[in-house]
Amino acid sequence: MSLLNASGCLDALVAPEVAKTLDGFVTKTITPLPREGNAPPRIAETAHGMLNAIGLANPGRERFLADHLPRMRELGLPLWISVGGFCASDYAETCAALSDVQGEVEAIELNLSCPNVDEAADSAAEIVAACRTATSLPLFAKLSAAHPDVGEVARAVAHAGADGLSLVNTLRGLQLDRVTHAPMLARGSGGLSGPSLKPVALHAVHACYAATHLPIVGMGGVASAQDVIDMVACGAAHVAFGTALFADPYAVKRVREELAVVSFDDIFASAHAVTKPRVFAA
Amino acid sequence: MPRRERLSVVGVERVGEYALLRLVRGAIDPGLPGQFFMLEAPGRVLPRPLSLCLAPSSELHFLVDPIGPGTTALAELERGDAIHVYGPLGNGYDLTVPRPLLVGGGIGMAPLPYLAEALRFPPAILGFRTERHAEAAVLMPGAEVVVDPVFVTDVLPHGYDVLACGPEPMLQAMPAGAQLAWEAPMACGYGACYGCAVAIGGELKRLCVEGPVLVAA
Repeated sequence: MSLLNASGCLDALVAPEVAKTLDGFVTKTITPLPREGNAPPRIAETAHGMLNAIGLANPGRERFLADHLPRMRELGLPLWISVGGFCASDYAETCAALSDVQGEVEAIELNLSCPNVDEAADSAAEIVAACRTATSLPLFAKLSAAHPDVGEVARAVAHAGADGLSLVNTLRGLQLDRVTHAPMLARGSGGLSGPSLKPVALHAVHACYAATHLPIVGMGGVASAQDVIDMVACGAAHVAFGTALFADPYAVKRVREELAVVSFDDIFASAHAVTKPRVFAA
Repeated sequence: MPRRERLSVVGVERVGEYALLRLVRGAIDPGLPGQFFMLEAPGRVLPRPLSLCLAPSSELHFLVDPIGPGTTALAELERGDAIHVYGPLGNGYDLTVPRPLLVGGGIGMAPLPYLAEALRFPPAILGFRTERHAEAAVLMPGAEVVVDPVFVTDVLPHGYDVLACGPEPMLQAMPAGAQLAWEAPMACGYGACYGCAVAIGGELKRLCVEGPVLVAA
């Protein structure tokens, strides 16, 4: 099992010491063209979580490949590249470009569910199918739990050639200024993350593991060893940290220490977990 | 990499409408004036970014304006409580200026007492919206104080190197070359979330990494 960051929740080039607490680094989503992102304000705290509407700010494919990727490689960490776009060919072209630097990439995560940009016209399965023909690199489809039957989406992307699933992306939410009652984010809505998201994420991981048995990166409100154990019990093969990294850059180091003293075999020997977890590498 | 440490609360003192949160310093480096720290806000998901107000020996002092649930939780801390503090973060003021003038607006005065110490107490102007808020000027002995409807810009002299912190309209009114400490909602404080981007001079800047102190165009 690997402990990763959720895409968009860490800049490994600005905070390499934090990245090195991970078993692999997941990049911010890369789109074909550079994006400055949404107008500020872009974040707002909620009662038990936070909203973000960053809007896929990124340097674009060309600059990422020429400048950022070589510097990330120096971290010596397995790199997961998050890929985004606005139609299937956007995704497929970036996947093809990443295949040319194959030795440097552990996996591609297809961001099929960003709540802060207009959605791609193509379905998740169509995008995965287009990417499958473009690369032999492992493809993880990042899905939203907003779909009424996320297991059905998981089956469709599995059928289209996905090697794994990343669950879940943020859920669209709204937070109002308590004085003006105007949305706190300039975009209006944003993606909800943090502790509020955890039960939603656990359900999605459980449902999609049952539907596909694909390897799953579980994420959504993970901040403690117990959260990691819960994700694994629901079927996650790997676990990612997002909002918890904002509150504590050393969260993964702390959780790793907490996990070092637990025995997964003991925990799951009599549990009703849907899967036997892999051995945790401390 | 800055330190993150759990620091004990020495006490919280009311200063007009604000609260001065006094923490045991521990092994945290107070950093340069204008740099900031992420303070755990009890019961909240995200920490709060606060610049250091004063750094007497073995303590760190933060001036808090209790305007929301996080800052209220910080202002309600009591002696013996403890919170995680991460920092110092960001870029502080450049202290190598020949004729410094400190300008603060409201809670924007927070970093100025520590800055005044570092610059051996240069002239300073503070503006507040009420007399009650202006009581915080006690932290800046010798400062000229104005209260709404008078603004700091009404009394700003020429020929100084301005180092300022305050609300956005005040910062926008400062002269070219002024060093301005900006504020934005911030989730992480160390460049991870891209949440604190602000449009300055037509460009989006991540305040926690490129700021919070930026030179006015």
